Amino acid sequence: MNPLSLSGISKHFGGIVAIERFDLEVESGEVVALVGDNGAGKSTLVKIISGVHQPTDGEIRLAGERVAFRDASDARSNGVEVVYQDLALVDLQPVYMNLFLGRELRRKPFGLLDRAEMARQTQQLVDDLDVRIPTAKATLSDLSGGQRQAIAIARATHWASRLVLMDEPTAALGVAETAKVEELILKLKARGAAVLVVSHNMEQVFRIADRVTVLRRGRQVGTRRVAETSHNELVSMITGLSS
Amino acid sequence: MTIAPTKAPAEKGVHLVVRSWRNYVVYVGFVVVFLYFAATQGANFLSGTTLVNIVTQATPITIMAVGTVFVLSLGEIDLSIGSTVALAALTAAVTLQVAGAWWIAALAGLAVGAVVGLVNGVFVTLVRLPSFLVTLATMGLVAGLAQQITNLQSVPVTDEAFGWIFGGGTLLGVPILIWWSAVAAAIGWHVLRQRRFGAHVLAVGNNASAARVSGIKVTRVRIAVFMLSGMTAALAGLLYAGRLAGATYTLGTTDLMSVLAAVIVGGTALTGGRASMIGAVVGSLFMSMINYGLLLAGLTVAQQEIVRGVIILIAVSLSLRGKKGS
Ligand SMILES: Nc1ncnc2c1ncn2[C@@H]1O[C@H](COP(=O)(O)OP(=O)(O)O)[C@@H](O)[C@H]1O
Ligand SMILES: [Mg+2]
Repeated sequence: MNPLSLSGISKHFGGIVAIERFDLEVESGEVVALVGDNGAGKSTLVKIISGVHQPTDGEIRLAGERVAFRDASDARSNGVEVVYQDLALVDLQPVYMNLFLGRELRRKPFGLLDRAEMARQTQQLVDDLDVRIPTAKATLSDLSGGQRQAIAIARATHWASRLVLMDEPTAALGVAETAKVEELILKLKARGAAVLVVSHNMEQVFRIADRVTVLRRGRQVGTRRVAETSHNELVSMITGLSS
Repeated sequence: MTIAPTKAPAEKGVHLVVRSWRNYVVYVGFVVVFLYFAATQGANFLSGTTLVNIVTQATPITIMAVGTVFVLSLGEIDLSIGSTVALAALTAAVTLQVAGAWWIAALAGLAVGAVVGLVNGVFVTLVRLPSFLVTLATMGLVAGLAQQITNLQSVPVTDEAFGWIFGGGTLLGVPILIWWSAVAAAIGWHVLRQRRFGAHVLAVGNNASAARVSGIKVTRVRIAVFMLSGMTAALAGLLYAGRLAGATYTLGTTDLMSVLAAVIVGGTALTGGRASMIGAVVGSLFMSMINYGLLLAGLTVAQQEIVRGVIILIAVSLSLRGKKGS
């Protein structure tokens, strides 16, 4: 059973058709890229899978089981982690609180926040993933954009049990930071996660993805193995112009 | 591969120094004003009675400051606390005459605060109005109710137990009002720093959509904080009724300014996500000390108000200046 299988997903916002009959399977240890022009519906699709939006029509299956999420936390408790385009982090809090946001560890018997343990686990995780930050106790706003995105991905890595969705995780990053984030994505893949990543960047798609699926104005134009397609073919699928 | 920090280290150092300096304004201010009064008033000011009075006078402000720290941490504001003080105090005083038991009266007063907070919270979250407008409206509404329920009449409080618990009692040689302040501050600090709830309040105030997608029940947190704020105001009302042995609709009317000043000077950000419970308590003692010092200095009530306004303006600008951009 594949971690994620979508069939016939549609989403209408009033009169606007944001997604029309979208189908996709993502396997364990596979990175699938989702590409398309601005407004094609990529973010909407991510939000449907992560429970932020409910599909107008269609089926979402996780490991074969049909699911209908009420909200994002419902999806999270079913093992779907998301790295959002606009960082879903609280930047006045320490790194470890961000890692455990909404799932804070508590100490028996009084249920006090276990800050020491959260900091310890966070430090271990960032060390494992080779994310270079001064300390897990650093305040997030003191970190660079790349470090913050790395924290968002580390969080997804820590909690994801089957599926990680990423919406343009490197859109705001420089070259070195992007490389670091791509390395993290490949580590996630190596750990057997299914990864669906929205990307604007064709080179990136070829570097990290196994397959790529293309959206144009809400319609799914096609899905290709990265090894069997070309930059030109993808561009013409995205734009609808033959090259 | 390593990700280099984008900020130059020197710039960041300056940033940190400026930030921490702002957090200590209240402690520095406290010491400076303390030394000033000590120098100018001498033994008068440094007597044990004066110092105890400063803390006991501050008690209602301290307790409301605890609630307000949570409200500002959310990035919201509660302007209705001052009038809730009066309505809760009158409700308790009237209940005491009818029911006769101090604890029924106390529960009735606290219930008033909880209901006002619930109304505020529901309008802010479910109707999605700015808390500034909602609590401005309930401030007027509650003040009107306070004038209405006894027709502007004061209500005496003669119950001994009530007077001891919320006013003149002493426990282990320490005035009960100081116990109230200490316990409220300790519970406030504990909930803010050591409980999930406090972490969630700060997260919602910092980035509500991040909190929501992280599974935090944002609406529930907001409503709970407004109820907490209403209940701290109600408790302040009970403490006024106990100390003054009676309640009247004018109680608490000037407290809003003192509470906000105490909390902001104490280092809690108006924009949400950043809070200091200890700072707020010291801020409240700071405000009380100014009041007391000005009184000892023999200023008229009008002069006291002017000087207090100026001091608040200076202290608040020192602690808020430049905070917007960071
Ligand atoms: N909450 C919403 N309400 C109405 N329309 C929306 C909403 N979210 C997205 N849309 C519309 O759906 C389309 C796809 O948007 P989006 O998924 O953000 O595109 P992308 O991420 O590919 O740039 C756009 O036309 C957008 O205006
Ligand atoms: Mg998008």
